[in-house]
Amino acid sequence: MGNPSFDVIIAGAGIVGAACAAELAAAGLEVAVLESDMVGSGATAAGMGHIVVMDDSEAQFALGRYSLNLWHELSERLPASCEYQVCGTLWVAADEDEMEEARRKGRYYSRHQIESEILDPQALADAEPALRPGMAGALRIPGESVLYPPAAARFLIDQALQQGAQLWVGKPATELTGGRARLADGSSLAAGCTVNAAGCGALRITPQLVQWVRPRKGHLAITDRYPGLISHQLVELGYLKSAHASESDSVAFTLQPRPTGQLLIGSSRQFGPADSSVEAPLLGRMLRRACRYLPPLADLSVIRAWTGFRAATPDNLPLIGPCPGVDGLYLATGHEGLGITTSLGTAKLLADQILGRKSEIPAQPYLPSRMLKKETLNLARQPLRPETGSHRDTETQRSEGLSDSSLCTLRLGGKS
Amino acid sequence: MSESITLTVNGRPVTVPKGSMVSAAISRAGVQAFRTSVSGRPRGPLCGMGICLECRVTIDGRPHCRSCQIPCCPGMEVQTDG
Ligand SMILES: Cc1cc2nc3c(=O)[nH]c(=O)nc-3n(C[C@H](O)[C@H](O)[C@H](O)COP(=O)(O)OP(=O)(O)OC[C@H]3O[C@@H](n4cnc5c(N)ncnc54)[C@H](O)[C@@H]3O)c2cc1C
Ligand code: FES
Repeated sequence: MGNPSFDVIIAGAGIVGAACAAELAAAGLEVAVLESDMVGSGATAAGMGHIVVMDDSEAQFALGRYSLNLWHELSERLPASCEYQVCGTLWVAADEDEMEEARRKGRYYSRHQIESEILDPQALADAEPALRPGMAGALRIPGESVLYPPAAARFLIDQALQQGAQLWVGKPATELTGGRARLADGSSLAAGCTVNAAGCGALRITPQLVQWVRPRKGHLAITDRYPGLISHQLVELGYLKSAHASESDSVAFTLQPRPTGQLLIGSSRQFGPADSSVEAPLLGRMLRRACRYLPPLADLSVIRAWTGFRAATPDNLPLIGPCPGVDGLYLATGHEGLGITTSLGTAKLLADQILGRKSEIPAQPYLPSRMLKKETLNLARQPLRPETGSHRDTETQRSEGLSDSSLCTLRLGGKS
Repeated sequence: MSESITLTVNGRPVTVPKGSMVSAAISRAGVQAFRTSVSGRPRGPLCGMGICLECRVTIDGRPHCRSCQIPCCPGMEVQTDG
């Protein structure tokens, strides 16, 4: 490929790398993107595509809200393949404690200019009749949306290409420094700066990331087409009961209506496993938990289950900015379970730093240099509070009114 | 003569020999499109052995049943997309 020179070379064309490429190319920089596999593979292909604002910390909320607004602005230009739908989120409360959390969350969101609405049990039953009766209520965030992440990554890369960016697929980066990217075939490309946006693959390119980022495996499953069963993205508020959820394997109920009528069922969280195979016991726990929330699920067919790896940091915030110790290398990874949402905000913050622009939200909470502080790394040894709720669920095994055999009707079959 | 069974396909009665699969009854009823793909294309049985899922229909109100794997029963109500 000769020896061209670029302003910026980005490793990784997942949704984060793609968004960064689009933003930097739009600003007039000469951008090259190196992708080892294909555009929108990695966690982006595995993820759920719920555009959701979380409030585990103020910084997490700020980046989420900023990104949600950017998705709104972009939505008119998204092609139909992205399947973008503003279906709203329902945070489902199973009991009064969870309802208290729903109210707290609602007040926080409203105070920070995100519309929210409390649903009482009747309003919830009217909104989602398939949920199990007797729920305490829910918090509705009407402005949140869902999309199909790999198609969104493809769209963002196409935006970059239209602005003159170059894309090399099947070209893994093996080393990134300020001035150049080294490729697996031994060649190298010169650049003004480089960006490591390779998701969990970032650890192989930039070895010091191993101290800061851990892969966190997740399972998802998808059903056949059953249009009309639910209309919102549903998420449980149940993580409260396991305040110390945790280093150990956990599952939480989340369910997404797809435009085809399929239902995307999530999800699990696991530190440790490096292999991507579907683990039947954990998948079983996840599906049983889903059936407890939405009993009609037990009669539906699951046609596919798979896993993905989230890049998790000790403080649940992404790494966006200069990599300590390597001049001219920027990081854009560590988005854990929120990277589909926060890709657009990440791209803005990263471009602001590279271009010396003023950013719209403070960039400081996401700077990788925070990892040099002992306090941040120590967080890794403390129990993590997961970002979309997670349940230690010994309780699931006891499962209310659902025996293991009811899982058998979730028949694992072939393609849709 | 072997025993026969009567069921309905899209509301019309069809009679088949006992032991016939639902897919056979649907074909006998003259229906070709068992279901419609996401992009609106007609679909029908391909493998005949429960693998391809192309033959799915609604049986007695239950969607996505593989018609090539389910024997006909008297009075069964079968609904196709096509
Ligand atoms: C089960 C699950 C559910 C999720 N649900 C949601 C959700 O509902 N909402 C949400 O916002 N987020 C969700 N996420 C998180 C989200 O999927 C990720 O945060 C996001 O996809 C991260 O994007 P990325 O571009 O950083 O990484 P990736 O998507 O992993 O992309 C990295 C890319 O880099 C490439 N690459 C790797 N190594 C190299 C190399 N050496 N050289 C060049 N290229 C390389 C890979 O092939 C890949 O294409 C979920 C994740 C999982 C696993
Ligand atoms: S024809 Fe293939 S599954 Fe029925």
